[in-house]
Amino acid sequence: MTKHKQIRIALRNCGVIDPQAIGEYIARDGYQALATCLTKMTPEEVIDQIKKSGLRGRGGGGFPTGLKFEITRKSVSDQKYVVCNADEGDPGAFMDRSILEGDPHSVIEAMAICGYCIGADKGLVYIRAEYPLAIERLKIALEQAREMGLLGKNIFNTGFSFDIELRYGAGAFVCGEETALIHSMEGLRGEPTFKPPFPSVSGYLGKPTNVNNVETFANIPVIINKGAGWFSAIGTEKSKGTKVFALAGKINNVGLIEVPMGTTLREVIYEIGGGIRNGKKFKAVQTGGPSGGCLTEKHLDTPIDYDNLIAAGSMMGSGGMIVMDEDNCMVAVAKFYLDFTVDESCGKCAPCRIGNKRLYELLDKITQGKATMEDISNLKNLCTVIRDASLCGLGQTSSNPVLSTLDNFYDEYIGHVVDHKCAAGQCKALMKYVVIDENCVGCTACARNCPVNAISGEKKQVHFIHQDICIKCGACYDRCKFNAIEIQ
Amino acid sequence: MIHKPDKEQAMTKINSPEDLLRMKEEFAGRLNPVYSPDDLTAPVRIRVAMATCGIASGAREVMDYLTEELEKRSIQATVTRVGCMGYCYAEPTIEVTLPGKEPVVFGEVDIRKADQIIEKFIRLGEPVDGIIPLNYESIDK
Repeated sequence: MTKHKQIRIALRNCGVIDPQAIGEYIARDGYQALATCLTKMTPEEVIDQIKKSGLRGRGGGGFPTGLKFEITRKSVSDQKYVVCNADEGDPGAFMDRSILEGDPHSVIEAMAICGYCIGADKGLVYIRAEYPLAIERLKIALEQAREMGLLGKNIFNTGFSFDIELRYGAGAFVCGEETALIHSMEGLRGEPTFKPPFPSVSGYLGKPTNVNNVETFANIPVIINKGAGWFSAIGTEKSKGTKVFALAGKINNVGLIEVPMGTTLREVIYEIGGGIRNGKKFKAVQTGGPSGGCLTEKHLDTPIDYDNLIAAGSMMGSGGMIVMDEDNCMVAVAKFYLDFTVDESCGKCAPCRIGNKRLYELLDKITQGKATMEDISNLKNLCTVIRDASLCGLGQTSSNPVLSTLDNFYDEYIGHVVDHKCAAGQCKALMKYVVIDENCVGCTACARNCPVNAISGEKKQVHFIHQDICIKCGACYDRCKFNAIEIQ
Repeated sequence: MIHKPDKEQAMTKINSPEDLLRMKEEFAGRLNPVYSPDDLTAPVRIRVAMATCGIASGAREVMDYLTEELEKRSIQATVTRVGCMGYCYAEPTIEVTLPGKEPVVFGEVDIRKADQIIEKFIRLGEPVDGIIPLNYESIDK
């Protein structure tokens, strides 16, 4: 038994070394794995190690990394590419940024190893322009690696050459999808295309391309240095190693954590995360971003791995974990994610472009208290259609937040539709501020602070809020010193 | 005396795994020198978490302050920039290693706290509020 719940593999150097000093990376076994691969192992042996380690893609899909390397290796071509997907787009996710800012060399080293495995001499990092510090540190790291001969021609005198260039993304969520990412790098519109062909067969400029996420790459040098057996001893049967999560939301210790696969949500939220803020009650945790779903109290003791999260109606995603408490309205949460999806849909296929917009409108209607039970069944149907008919992962998963909240919090939907009530008190259209007559002393504080003059009443008399004027800003509620205003 | 590691490093080409090992030993000696607690000339090692999150909450000011003040107050120290330590709820965070002691991480370090850390923790070895206990296993042997 280890003492702590966390093990840092991908984050091993973050917060430990100076990201702008290659020497500090080398001092901690940096580029050792690359040296071992190039001088002591064949590409097949390296791929075999990665396959045996059980490493799966950390960007969300969970595809076995070694297998991806092997498929790209077997594709015959005069030129191949290694691409690092650093287009971290999930709201509330920042692990890739932290790795690039804290330990850029681990990604560079792993990309070179990948190049050796698949037979590529060129790597590209697709990184969003919104990450200026990560870009700056990556550039410095690349420069230092080149100066030391760890990138460039004839690395370690083995005849193997590899170099890396940066490509900047403009921050479109869909460009995290690998085909859209490749099109964006080619200078085309960031729109996905149908798979197959997979990038490992025909990717960047039509050549075989191995696309992996930042965190996936950051694990590779450790697997080579410590061995596949060491790595696969951590985790669950089908999900090996650790996963980095960005803990956010209503939790005490917001931050970046790395836990072995198989850790339970309870351990993450209560032991590492320090529990829910202000002693409130836990309601749900959203994983997988706009493509994921909500996990509730009944999932608290489920070990976190790729398969369990999917079985629970969510997904691993890239590792964003947003914790919600009793004050969060789950319909509003679903609406928030749909709002994001509508914004980020590239518009190429109709189910995603139009379907998500209609889905958003239905959710909006529910939060306004204007929906009927028919709308709820339409909502479900529409979700299924969008999921089944969309071209890429964005549309295929965009309805997950709705489906999972419908599954787990059906009562809340019914509350909005039938009783016109939002239990969490978040949906403004469904709540009203009312004066409690017994408590009101007529101090006029509420009336003086109301920005729309919706409150009337004489000094030392009970006041009254005119609901037709009230904009529900809550100023009166905040100002009242006598607890004389309640939310209904 | 303040080390500026990235400027000090003379870039030499690495042509073989042996070169790399030699380089590793050289840098490792500089990164984690072994000092006895009684050695008064041994430097205090300070790491400042300087990822986007840390900088946004003021880590750069803290790092500048520490660098200047330690020099002014004639305390032997190395102050380096590192990436995110993961404690977003307590940024800016710094890690202080007194010679021969285990590293200690402090959270929510502003200028005032930095001053306290220098005067109380570094000079006198007295505890200062805001220590974040180590909560992960390192993969180092």
